[in-house]
Amino acid sequence: MSLMNLTAVELGKKIKAGEVSVEEAAKEALAAAAKKEKAVNSFVTIDEEKVLAQAKEVQRGIDAGKYTGPLAGVPAAVKDNMCTEGMLTTCSSKILGNFVPTYTCEAVLNLERAGAVIIGKTNMDEFAMGSTTETSAFGATKNPWNTEHVPGGSSGGSCAAVAAEECSYALGSDTGGSIRQPSSFCGVTGMKPTYGTVSRYGLIAYGSSLDQIGPVAKDVTDCAVILEAIASHDKKDSTSIERKDCDFSTALVDDVWGMKIGIPRDYFGEGLDPEVRDAVMAAAKELEKKGAVIEEFDLSLVEYAIPAYYVIACAEASSNLARFDGVKYGYRTDGFAGLHNMYKKTRSEGFGAEVKRRIMLGSFVLSSGYYDAYYLKALRTKALIKQAFDKAFEKYDVILGPAAPTTAPRIGDSLSDPIKMYLGDIYTISVNLAGLPGISLPCGRDSGGLPIGVQLIGNCFGEKEIIRAAYAFEQTREYEHSPLA
Amino acid sequence: MKQFETVIGLEVHVELATKTKIFCSCSTEFGGEPNSHTCPVCTGMPGSLPVLNKQVVEYAIAVGLATNCTITQNCKFDRKNYFYPDNPQNYQISQLYLPICRDGSVEIETEDGGRKNIGIHEIHMEEDAGKLVHDEWGENSLVDFNRSGVPLIEIVSEPDMRSADEVVAYLEKLRLIIQYLGASDCKLQEGSMRADVNLSVREAGASEFGTRTEMKNLNSFKAIRRAIEGERERQIDLIESGQKIIQETRRWDDAKEYSYAMRSKEDAQDYRYFPEPDLVPIIISDEWLDEIRSRQPELRTEKLERYKREFNIPEYDAGIITSNKKLADIFEETTAICNNPKKVSNWLMVETMRLLKEHEMEPEQITFSPENLAKLIQLTEDRAVNSSVAKEVFEKIFEEDIDPEKYVEEHGLKAVSDDGALRSTIEKVIADNPQSVEDYKGGKKKAIGFLVGQTMKAMQGKADPAMVNKILAELLQ
Repeated sequence: MSLMNLTAVELGKKIKAGEVSVEEAAKEALAAAAKKEKAVNSFVTIDEEKVLAQAKEVQRGIDAGKYTGPLAGVPAAVKDNMCTEGMLTTCSSKILGNFVPTYTCEAVLNLERAGAVIIGKTNMDEFAMGSTTETSAFGATKNPWNTEHVPGGSSGGSCAAVAAEECSYALGSDTGGSIRQPSSFCGVTGMKPTYGTVSRYGLIAYGSSLDQIGPVAKDVTDCAVILEAIASHDKKDSTSIERKDCDFSTALVDDVWGMKIGIPRDYFGEGLDPEVRDAVMAAAKELEKKGAVIEEFDLSLVEYAIPAYYVIACAEASSNLARFDGVKYGYRTDGFAGLHNMYKKTRSEGFGAEVKRRIMLGSFVLSSGYYDAYYLKALRTKALIKQAFDKAFEKYDVILGPAAPTTAPRIGDSLSDPIKMYLGDIYTISVNLAGLPGISLPCGRDSGGLPIGVQLIGNCFGEKEIIRAAYAFEQTREYEHSPLA
Repeated sequence: MKQFETVIGLEVHVELATKTKIFCSCSTEFGGEPNSHTCPVCTGMPGSLPVLNKQVVEYAIAVGLATNCTITQNCKFDRKNYFYPDNPQNYQISQLYLPICRDGSVEIETEDGGRKNIGIHEIHMEEDAGKLVHDEWGENSLVDFNRSGVPLIEIVSEPDMRSADEVVAYLEKLRLIIQYLGASDCKLQEGSMRADVNLSVREAGASEFGTRTEMKNLNSFKAIRRAIEGERERQIDLIESGQKIIQETRRWDDAKEYSYAMRSKEDAQDYRYFPEPDLVPIIISDEWLDEIRSRQPELRTEKLERYKREFNIPEYDAGIITSNKKLADIFEETTAICNNPKKVSNWLMVETMRLLKEHEMEPEQITFSPENLAKLIQLTEDRAVNSSVAKEVFEKIFEEDIDPEKYVEEHGLKAVSDDGALRSTIEKVIADNPQSVEDYKGGKKKAIGFLVGQTMKAMQGKADPAMVNKILAELLQ
């Protein structure tokens, strides 16, 4: 048995007890990655030397009593859109193919303060734009359950690395479902916290008003513990919130007696794979057996979430990505005639097709004459969606539904039909638009053996509710290791 | 011949006097090594985020209150998107939809001594860009981001001005208010105050505005005057020859006294403004507003009243001194030391003004200390130096801020009031100039002037002229 089969908290205990050294754990992670990367391609960058040096440093810290938390010494992976000082940070894009930041993302710093050893940077859809991790400039990541299939995205590298057991846990980022959907596809647990809970400082922005960093792990316990470590009020991020209720692991109780769980009928309509529907409904039944009150209701406005999301996210992205211009860092085209031509060639060559599509879409909806019709309307829709959730949470503690309409598609199937890919985000993006917390955890597999995820959505700051419900459900089944584990 | 009226509105950028930048904690200090006052935020590194400097908001509110604006108590920042290498994120954080101040006005004095209100459309906060340095020998341009993120406010007037005089009066008024608030030093030459002039002409009596142009690169009041005259003439010439004015941005070349088209409205960029998602809305509570209001310093009108009341100096003098914050500060500080407001006022009104003019300096560039001026005044009061020596010493104070007591001592400039030495010198002058003595005695009273002059010359200027007159008159009796 490999140390990578353990959950992060289990491995942390062994390290704390002195049964395993930090270096041994790190070496196992590196060995696992060395063995599996060819098949799965979860990572963009692994710097072995650095990992081993950090492992030694952390071990000294543990011995000296500096690191006492549950994650001390446990190997983690970080999505490649989080800046790491002195280590390549590419957003899986050619345009940042040579970019080495001068500072480290706040969430990663928080992990390091908890004694984490960062194994490497995980692959993603270029600039987090995509739902399959196929838009990466460094090749697609494969699903560890079936390498013919995608791992989902955009945090596909992080989820695949956890499912393939190349690290104990990982950080992802979620703008429209980018943690929850690939977690569902890869049979792992991933959580998107309430907007503002984890600092965005050092996270290379896609849609600033929607982006949130969150944990990807084998189980709910790990997620709660990781979130506890990364959540912080950061003065460098104006949208960061000061919370006094970040003791998320206190919600790890197997008790949902009397908990009111709403199931939106809108989430079970056309386009939902029956196998996914059955597995998710079965999960609801399990919670009902434990004393939760399950009720169906109409959330409404679900069909407006996708257009509103793509307008807002792309508008912000078109501006956020303007800084990649070949002037200061990153890729610059070889030959050019003058400034304008340098911009044009650099950006044409440096960005992939999906990124260009979203920059163009975003530039269009912000342009004069269209701003009111698209951007303002999308903002109003966003506010209405938030109201619809507010109304639902007057009645329910938690909302339960699928994380994605299907299991992981085959590699290549999505890129040919971007609209279909966009529609796959239908159950996750309203959560970002409303700024809510959501968690996806495995609840079964389809007839092809691919994992199915159930999503639990909480009210603003309602992480503890969804952790409690997820933990209770998790107790009803065994964790299934992927064939690549 | 047709009569034309000029219609002018101004966009004035003012660099705020904060110690740190608007969205990061880098220094705003002028003139550091290139890119020495920078960080991930003001160089637009990926993943960096802006955090608003509270002092910027307070300065903007203070200027808004002093210019009778309505403060937008729920205001926001927006992104203005455009590509240029001095703009590291390729967007500028500014305000379009909800600027912090709106609907204000300032009162100016017109040439005929009347008063006129110039409307202020809005004041908004924004960040400055970096500076491009063109490599004269290579093919490259380099960027210095030290200025990037320095806080600015842009004050947009209504098109209420009708002449260059009104424009200058408005700018001087704005500058005075902002300097009094301490919100900026407002130096045109150094760029901490910059004005873009929007100008159109129309036939006198017309109710519609003509097509306007915007002129940039105006670095002094003189350049602004010349640019307004030049642009007015250019537009009238076009209209009279039956041509159309094109709405465009023009760059004023002060050396050539002509403006050149930079870009027309057709090539105007679409800035794709949208609310800045990295910053939360600024909520300005009534309490915060009251607190800023209560901290507002005494502005010019109040100061003027107080000077007349408290110091009993002529209204004209009080007007000049309070017309500049630096002069007013020197006046008050010097008076506080020597308690002689009339003398202080005299030194400022006469000698200081003369030297400023001679050196082509602005009052802000004054470097002498109130302590040394106070000491000099004390020396003259004690009759330790005579007035011509005092003027000479003051020039030294003005130039090098020397200590007048030491200077007078070291250079032997102390007035000779010793009766014996003076008396014998005068006796000698009388003996050496019998003709003048005779003239004087013969009724030509003016001849005494020559004798006084001769005495002063013999005394190397150190005698008290009043005393010389007195002794001369006595000896000539």
